[in-house]
Amino acid sequence: MSTATVVSERQKRKNRNQRDGRASYYWYTIPGILAFAAVIGYPLFKNVKTSFYKWNGYGTPRYIGWKNYVDLYHDQTFWVSFAHAAEFIAAMSLIPTVLGLLFGALIFDFISPYFGQGWTTFVRASLFMPQIIPITVISILWNWLLSPNTGVFNTVLKSVGIHNPPNWLGNSHTAVLAISIMLIWIQIGYTVTIFITGMGRIDPALHEAASLDGATWWQRFRVITLSQLAPEISIVILTTAVAAIKIFAPVQIMTGGGPGTSTYVPAFFSYFNFFTTQKVGYGSAIATVLMILLSIFSIALFRFQNRKGADL
Amino acid sequence: MSNSLEAAVGRKIWSPSRGKQNLKRRGVSSWIVFASVILISLVWLFPLWMALVNAVKTPVDFLHHGPLALPRHIFLNSIKAFWTDVNFPQKLMNSFLVSFFVALFGVAISFLTAFAIGIGKIRGRYFILGLFMVVFTVPQESLVFPLYRLSQQVHLFNSIWVLVIIFSVIYSAFGTYMLSVVMGSFPTEILEAAKVDGASPRRILWNIVLPIVRPTMFALGTFFFVWVWNEYLIPLVLLADNANQTVSLSLGVTSGQYTSDPTTQAAAALLGIIPSVIFYLIFQRTLSRGVTLGAVK
Repeated sequence: MSTATVVSERQKRKNRNQRDGRASYYWYTIPGILAFAAVIGYPLFKNVKTSFYKWNGYGTPRYIGWKNYVDLYHDQTFWVSFAHAAEFIAAMSLIPTVLGLLFGALIFDFISPYFGQGWTTFVRASLFMPQIIPITVISILWNWLLSPNTGVFNTVLKSVGIHNPPNWLGNSHTAVLAISIMLIWIQIGYTVTIFITGMGRIDPALHEAASLDGATWWQRFRVITLSQLAPEISIVILTTAVAAIKIFAPVQIMTGGGPGTSTYVPAFFSYFNFFTTQKVGYGSAIATVLMILLSIFSIALFRFQNRKGADL
Repeated sequence: MSNSLEAAVGRKIWSPSRGKQNLKRRGVSSWIVFASVILISLVWLFPLWMALVNAVKTPVDFLHHGPLALPRHIFLNSIKAFWTDVNFPQKLMNSFLVSFFVALFGVAISFLTAFAIGIGKIRGRYFILGLFMVVFTVPQESLVFPLYRLSQQVHLFNSIWVLVIIFSVIYSAFGTYMLSVVMGSFPTEILEAAKVDGASPRRILWNIVLPIVRPTMFALGTFFFVWVWNEYLIPLVLLADNANQTVSLSLGVTSGQYTSDPTTQAAAALLGIIPSVIFYLIFQRTLSRGVTLGAVK
């Protein structure tokens, strides 16, 4: 009897599915999936395949197995590129996260309740402004700000008595630092916006109770705000780290990787191999390594976002 | 997720204050914080201010008084010169067309796929979404050379339409995820009722789902518009011809010619900044919400 019930139940469900036309929903995925296959799937596959060939981009590719990867492993420039990417993670991810938490809490706890909406909007918009300007425009703007003789940076430095300020982008010791300062300037708007949004989610009763118990602002910030914002902090660190590893335009526009290889990053290194030295197979291998690294980040991100299981 | 997404798309986020009417009493510490935060804001605006001030300065004025001084008088020739040199109206038009059509097609593709996932609950939906999310973080470097070859083979190289196709698809990965989540949180009673009444998927799509998700679609379109406007690598590789270049690309590749001409450099930066700032002022709420949309749930 129980088997019969199960069968009929299953039958019923099947019938219902057919009646609902659940199957007919598959049709709606066709444009998306076809477009994906052509514009992303095929090129990705092609890129991985090319990484096993020696190819200049137009002649006949020659299969060389893992040689590109072995060469990469022994290539100093490849490791240098990733070392710079790590420095840019500090500039785009870690420092903006710390400063974003601090500025965000100051704005949320002081500017907004004591000085009102107008000032809050002004402060948030000022910090957010660099986020909306194209990265190419920011790069040429900062190129100009950092220029050795007539630039704003060095004019300010000279006016406070530093007579021999560095040629920021032209010196292999300061170039990464100079780009990093720019990246911090860009990223604060993103982290502040996310953290302030998160702070709006925290139950005000927590802060009020702590205040009554005599906790200072700094104590409340450390104990309540930081722990309550844990999900936002993780997401911000992951997304900004991904952005930092992908960095390309500032390097290509501001320094062209130089001086020497002092500002090479993985994305620029692969671009350089594709279009300047035309070692397309080698460039593809770099891009493939980059892709695998970023996929690990994005899987982490996706799992994290779905940790409670999105109910779809 | 639905809650925070409502929060992200809805209107609550913009008001972290506890109301303008009853501000707290300001003590010494609050004034110190106020002064520091305002100072930081001004420091943040300073580079943009510098671009503005120096774009309207004569080269001689710049030479004598440096970048920090205010202009002696307003001089618009650097801006005009750069405007005509790079044919800026043409670049604006190219950027506008690419951004507009990516917003349109990108959202359309996202909507259709999300409809199957969020409303149709097709099997394999988690797999599709997971795949799309991973693909969305793929570096463009690992697509760019094959796309370069492919666009030549299909004779779309050097056309702005190739950008429209590529970015519509790349962004639809993100759009599908966002819209699927919104649709997935739909009250099932409405959908069940519609199905009982014999509504086909197409009718459900047009008459029920579309009107409700329209605001989210509009927000997505706005983000796509800005994202494409700011793209660099793929336009750099695929648009060889100056006449087809976008604003971002054109500024990126011409800037090198003006390094010995600081006021023109400032003018170029200013011209690049202005369209984005105008767009931001119009769509401020949507855009700053957009930052949090993808990130936090």
